Amino acid sequence: MTPSQTAGPFLSLGLRWPDGPHAVLPGTRGAVWLRGRVLDAAGEPVTDALVETWQADGSGRFADREETGGFRGFGRSETVDGEYAVLTVKPAPLIDPLGRTHAPHVALSVFARGLLDRVVTRLYFADEVAANSDDPLLTSLPDDAARRTLLAEPSADGYRLDLVLQGSDETVFFAL
Amino acid sequence: MTQTHPALLSPEYLSTRTRAPLRTPFRLQLGPTELTGPLLGEARVRAEDADLTRAADGEAVGQRILVTGRVLEEDGRPVRASLIEVWQANAAGRYRHTLDRWPAPIDPHFTGAGRTLTDDEGRYAFLTIRPGSYPWRNHDNAWRPAHLHFSLFGRAFVQRLVTQMYFPDDPLLALDPIYQAVPEPARRRLVSRYDHDVTEPEWALGYRFDIVLRGATATPFEDPGDDA
Repeated sequence: MTPSQTAGPFLSLGLRWPDGPHAVLPGTRGAVWLRGRVLDAAGEPVTDALVETWQADGSGRFADREETGGFRGFGRSETVDGEYAVLTVKPAPLIDPLGRTHAPHVALSVFARGLLDRVVTRLYFADEVAANSDDPLLTSLPDDAARRTLLAEPSADGYRLDLVLQGSDETVFFAL
Repeated sequence: MTQTHPALLSPEYLSTRTRAPLRTPFRLQLGPTELTGPLLGEARVRAEDADLTRAADGEAVGQRILVTGRVLEEDGRPVRASLIEVWQANAAGRYRHTLDRWPAPIDPHFTGAGRTLTDDEGRYAFLTIRPGSYPWRNHDNAWRPAHLHFSLFGRAFVQRLVTQMYFPDDPLLALDPIYQAVPEPARRRLVSRYDHDVTEPEWALGYRFDIVLRGATATPFEDPGDDA
């Protein structure tokens, strides 16, 4: 395999799209904004990161073969203003090949100067209490503190989840 | 199992000290979300996006180079019709970015970024100029080796890769904490090779850079003897 290297401080040159934050078209019914800060060990917002999202739509379909009805399912947002912001819809629960049901979630990648490889996690929705309590990943995490790092809280226009790269509230990141 | 990717905490690269997660990552059982990926096709790319050397009605200054290669999965299968994004400094080592404060000249005729899709054999090609080296403040007299940033998607979330391509025989590679953070046997995979068959007479020097992504399946395959 080819090794990873940092995206560096000038990733916006190559990775900025005018419609990057739009995993769904603006005006889509039920669209919500996913927002949050990326924080370093000192609790300072990282303003040169890129957050990417990937998810199913509200009926559990992925736009991996075709974009249907303006649903791209992929978003990317820089954090120059202190936060990422991706417009999307809440995905449906998913059934995996083992027949288990996964609560609605969005896969996240973070790229930045100082990250020699992307870091990867999932965003879950704090208001999906019943689904979350049966989710195979959430239930396999060691404790509530770990689970809380993945739960986006409802906000005025969608959901919020800060991603903590390092520190006592460090986000649970995954080995793939 | 040989380690391919650099350790997130690589203290010689100072920014990792406050940004690298320190907890052991949680081993995720991949689900449908991680085993699929976005379709980012022809609508995102124009033919001229693969040429970084023309902008504002003029031609970029510097050594013209062709960078080409194949994108493959670990089992050798080509990654077809997949988006590649690149960005780099100009011939003087300056990025076209408002936060790049190094006082080397900006070249208005160099775009600084390109995009293309791989073909049915996984091949791609960019026409660009050889980037300059530039100083950074990581340590005393620190200079980055010349490099191109590469971004690849493959066909599944698990395959996503952002990396850098270097040039053979660059004396700065031995001194660069970002390159040196990659475990020894895997490091050389980031170095392109000069290929005289790619070089176009009377026009541009040719470099070959092949990229191998992990498979798009649940289990990563890594042969301990694989050093290719």
